[in-house]
Amino acid sequence: MMLNVNGVSFQYKSTPVLENIQFNVSCHEVVAILGPNGVGKTTLLKCMNAILKPQSGTIAIDGENILSLGPLEIARRLGYVAQKSESSRTTVFDAILLGRRPHIVWRISDHDLLITQAAIHRLNLDHLSLRFINELSGGELQKVSIARALVQEPKVLLLDEPTSSLDLKNQIEILQIVREVAATHDVSAVMTMHNLNMALRYSDKFIFLKGGAVFAAGGPDVITPETIQAVYDVPVEIKNFQGAPVVIPIA
Amino acid sequence: MHLSHTEIPKEYKSHVSRKIFFIIGGLIALCLVFLFSISVGAVRIPVTELLAALSSPLSGRALDAKWHIIIWNIRMPQALTAVVGGAGLAVAGVMMQSILRNPLGSPFTLGISHAAAFGAALSVMIFSGNTTGNGIDPTGIVSPYTTALMAFIASLIATGIIIAISRIRQASPEVMVLTGVALGSLFTAGTMFLQYFADDVQLAAMVFWTFGDVGRANWNELSLMFVVLIGLIVYGFWNRWNYNAIDAGDDTAKGLGVHVSHVRLWGMLAASFMTAVIVAFLGVIGFVGLVCPHMVRRLIGDDYRFLLPGTCIAGGLLLLTADTAARLILAPHILPVSILTAFLGAPVFIYLIIRGTGR
Repeated sequence: MMLNVNGVSFQYKSTPVLENIQFNVSCHEVVAILGPNGVGKTTLLKCMNAILKPQSGTIAIDGENILSLGPLEIARRLGYVAQKSESSRTTVFDAILLGRRPHIVWRISDHDLLITQAAIHRLNLDHLSLRFINELSGGELQKVSIARALVQEPKVLLLDEPTSSLDLKNQIEILQIVREVAATHDVSAVMTMHNLNMALRYSDKFIFLKGGAVFAAGGPDVITPETIQAVYDVPVEIKNFQGAPVVIPIA
Repeated sequence: MHLSHTEIPKEYKSHVSRKIFFIIGGLIALCLVFLFSISVGAVRIPVTELLAALSSPLSGRALDAKWHIIIWNIRMPQALTAVVGGAGLAVAGVMMQSILRNPLGSPFTLGISHAAAFGAALSVMIFSGNTTGNGIDPTGIVSPYTTALMAFIASLIATGIIIAISRIRQASPEVMVLTGVALGSLFTAGTMFLQYFADDVQLAAMVFWTFGDVGRANWNELSLMFVVLIGLIVYGFWNRWNYNAIDAGDDTAKGLGVHVSHVRLWGMLAASFMTAVIVAFLGVIGFVGLVCPHMVRRLIGDDYRFLLPGTCIAGGLLLLTADTAARLILAPHILPVSILTAFLGAPVFIYLIIRGTGR
């Protein structure tokens, strides 16, 4: 599987947000999209599954331009975990089963139920299966959202700030799950993030956005004090701690 | 995903059968209340005679002419109208709550019912002409079809405004509900204006019309409401997964391939059309469309696969029970059912506000 984002530009009314965005993602890769607030990270993610229609450019999965597909066909190829998920009086099982919606024609099959059950098991939600999602904690609800995206059986997982409202333990758990899923399934993950150290620890590839364009992209070696200074306007040092790089802001 | 060792959990299966059980239970209750409703009243019809009467088209057995008239001309249309009207208002309400993502969405809170009342008042004002010497029956001064048509047009105008504004402002739930509030007070003001300048008979006709009453419809009107109701249920059930998706948030729904603004617009139009038809023939019946979906949500949850049929049955059951009670409570006087639903509905409405929006 190969995802190519090629020359994507997007503007809200007359305000340009993204300009000529270009990058590739291969199978099993976890990619972090980084950059300051309002730079267009969420917009880029929404362009990638055509929730927002880019004015120009193509987004291709295995050479097939998804911008020319219908919404259900797109939803079978890209799973999207929104930044905010609404809760309701729906059981965890039913909320995850909803992810089969792009595949369901009229009624749900046993296959749909089995995939849902497998995803529940995969994310350790078995004990919550019949609880209403409006009784869950933030971390549990986030896991439900990820499970819902997984049962779509997508080729690419898009996650919009999957850890933004979670405590440290839940952040680690969620990112661990994303990593493992990408490693063990034919899927890659693209997520927007704010926490550079979490990104460093759980991503293979990094894309820095600045002024609506890609400022730097590549492996861990693109995370340099100069890049971070330029993108976030904050001076940092990068130290090695037990063999792993750690970003430390200098006040 | 690895499915070889996976089984569908038994608990989930029994969870689903429990919901289906609730719906079937509701259906049985509806049948029982229906029989009761036809058998009680100023003349009490024994259940055995009633069953014989209901099966008479099949068995060919001759029926006592007196009971034939009571059953087929009076009670049967009234009871069926209560069921169809209640079901229609409740399904319209539950759809509006879903697509507006707002627990306060209903035909009544969106101002559509008020618009219909204004249309009816306007028809009385315009078409009643010279009313002197016709002071006995205020309903007789304008043809009921004219009133219904005007009410219908006015409620479609209200729906049109809500949809037009929501198109400009991206159909956000807040905008739609606030528009409804504004429209409600605008049309109420219009009605009051007409009432102030109406003469006694016209005023009586206007006020009488606003008392929603299921005893008003004849077989033709009932069939029309029934056809629209069937259309609405089929449409709503077809979209049940879309409504579930919208419940999870607009962005999540879009990520699942749901054309959210499309679903919202057509759903509003369908639900408003149902409301307009019911209000035009029966008058304003408040709170059924608001309260009924919430009662069913409490019982079987927010999953629209079960919520839609459940609400449909509960709406019919609620309005039929309320109407039967309204016929008996002050017998031999017959109360319009809308007075009773307002008495029951308002406290529930306030309870929902206090409890917050946790649907």
